[in-house]
Amino acid sequence: MRKVRLVIIGGGPAGLAAVLGAKHAGEDDILILERDKQLGGILNQCIHNGFGLHTFHEELTGPEYAARFSCEIKNQNILYSLNTMVTNISKDKIITAVNPSEGLFQIQAQAIILAMGCTERPRGALNIPGTRPAGIYTAGTAQKFVNVYGLMPGKEVVILGSGDIGLIMARRMTLEGAKVKMVVEKMPYSSGLKRNIVQCLEDFEIPLKLSHTVVDIEGNRRLEAVWIAQVKEGRILPETRERISCDTLLLSCGLIPENELSAMMGIELSDQTKGPKVNESLETNIPGVFACGNVLHVHDLVDFVSQEASMAGRKAVEYLREPKSGQKHEVPVEAGNGVRYTVPSRMCLEAMESSLPVRFRVDQIYKDGFFCVYGNDQRIMRRPFRIATPGEMVQILLTKKQLEGIDLQRIRIELEAKINEN
Amino acid sequence: MKTKELTCIGCPMGCVLTVQINQGKVQSVHGNSCLNGDRYARQEVCAPARILTTTVPLAGDDNHLMLSVKTRNPIPKNKIFACIQELKKVQVKAPVHVGDLVLKNVANTGVDVVSTQNIG
Repeated sequence: MRKVRLVIIGGGPAGLAAVLGAKHAGEDDILILERDKQLGGILNQCIHNGFGLHTFHEELTGPEYAARFSCEIKNQNILYSLNTMVTNISKDKIITAVNPSEGLFQIQAQAIILAMGCTERPRGALNIPGTRPAGIYTAGTAQKFVNVYGLMPGKEVVILGSGDIGLIMARRMTLEGAKVKMVVEKMPYSSGLKRNIVQCLEDFEIPLKLSHTVVDIEGNRRLEAVWIAQVKEGRILPETRERISCDTLLLSCGLIPENELSAMMGIELSDQTKGPKVNESLETNIPGVFACGNVLHVHDLVDFVSQEASMAGRKAVEYLREPKSGQKHEVPVEAGNGVRYTVPSRMCLEAMESSLPVRFRVDQIYKDGFFCVYGNDQRIMRRPFRIATPGEMVQILLTKKQLEGIDLQRIRIELEAKINEN
Repeated sequence: MKTKELTCIGCPMGCVLTVQINQGKVQSVHGNSCLNGDRYARQEVCAPARILTTTVPLAGDDNHLMLSVKTRNPIPKNKIFACIQELKKVQVKAPVHVGDLVLKNVANTGVDVVSTQNIG
C-alpha cells in the first residue's frame, strides 16, 4: 500500500492553507486529495470581490484568492490528485479513494487533515410543503450554473434565506438579466454581512422581507409561484399569506459541515457546529486526525479559514515529529450565557502555544456588551464590543499567561450584554 | 437642502447615516460612530462606485466555459449595466492569467476589465 505521511482531504481554501502551513513547518511528504477537476474549491465559483482583506490587505475575488494559494502549491511542488473522491477513512488512517486514472486505491497516512468544507441545506431539509417542480435550487448550485457554466437557471426569482450566498446571488442574477422579486428571511434579522445587504440588495432595489418565509410551492412541471407568510415568534401567520409568481426559487438557508467521512471513521461530532469536536491543536478525538475550515464549523470569512487551516497544518507536523503518547490533561471550553458554541471545545494548557484563538458565535444580536472568559469561576478577560450578531463569528485570543497559575478545570466564554430590541 | 439615509458598510455596526446635502455638496453627516462612517457617506453621496465582477465566455479550454473578470478599479454605480452589456460581446481565448487585460476602458468609464483566473 502506498504510504504518505500527511494527507489532506479536500483542496479548497482550508486544504490549501493547511498544506502550506505544513510545508512551511518543514514537512515534504504531503498529498492533497481533491474531488473537483481543479484546486480552489468553492472559491472558483465565488467570482465576487471582498476576499483577502485580512490575509493580503486587498480585496480579491474568489478565484484570485484561490490562485494565490494554488500557485504557491505548484511552486513548492506539492503533490495533489484531482478528480479524486475519498470514499472511506479507517480509524487507523487508511484512506480509500477513487479516480479515473488509478481506479480504486488505498493510502496509509500517518496524519490526516480533514478539509472537506460544507454543504448547503437543500429543500428536503427545510420542510417546505407544496409540489416538486423544476426551478428550485440551492443558491450555490445556481451560482455554479451562472458563473462556471454560463447558464441561467431562470428569469423571475425569489430567494429564501438572506445568508451571504443568497445576497450575492440576488445581485448576480440581476446583473445577468433576471428579475429578483425579493429575498425572504424567516428571522427578524439577516444572517448576511451588512455590506452585502447594501451592495447586493439596496443597490438594485431588491426588497428584503424579514420575518417572512415560504409556506407553499406551486407549479407542476416548472415552478409557477411561491406563497410567503409572516413569521411571528416562530409561528406562521396564515392571514398574511401572499402569492408571489416566479419560475425560480433559490435557497440560501444555511450550511452544514460535510462530515460523512468523519462520522464513518468514528470522529466525535458537535451537535452545535455539526463538525468534529477538537482541542487546542484542532485535533479530533482520533490522535493525528485534524480538522479545519468549514468542515469544522461554518465560517463567514475565508481569511479566518486560512488562518485556522494553516495552524492545523503546523499542528499536524508537530504530531508527525512527536506523536503524543498517553493521556493529556484536557479541560472543557464551555459556551456560557449568549454563546452558541466555541472552537476548540476542549484544550490542554501544556500543549497550548503562547496564545490561542478561540472562535465562537453568539445566539442573538447584542449591542454594547462584553465578551468574558472565565478560568474555573475566575474572570480572566472582559473585552467590550459594540455589536455582536449570530452572522459574524467572533474571535478572541487567550494567552497562556492569563491561564497559568490557575488550577484549571474548565474555561467558559460568556456574554455580558442586553439583547438588542430594535 | 436634501436628506439622504444610508447604511454604513464600514464594519458590522451598520450605522444608519443621515446625510444633509445642499446643491450636491455634503453639509453634514449624522449617525456615524466613527470617522469611517463620515468618509463612506461623503463618497457614497457624491460618487457611488463599485467594483464590478462578472464572467465572459472562454474559448480554447475543455475544462472551462467561462472566465471570471473584474473592473480593475471601482466604476460609477450607474454604469454597471452598461458595462455588463459591453462585456456580453467579449470572448477570451485561453490561455489567460490573473490580471490579463480583457477589455480596455469599459463603457467609457476609463477603467479596464481584467481576468481574475488562471486558465491554461
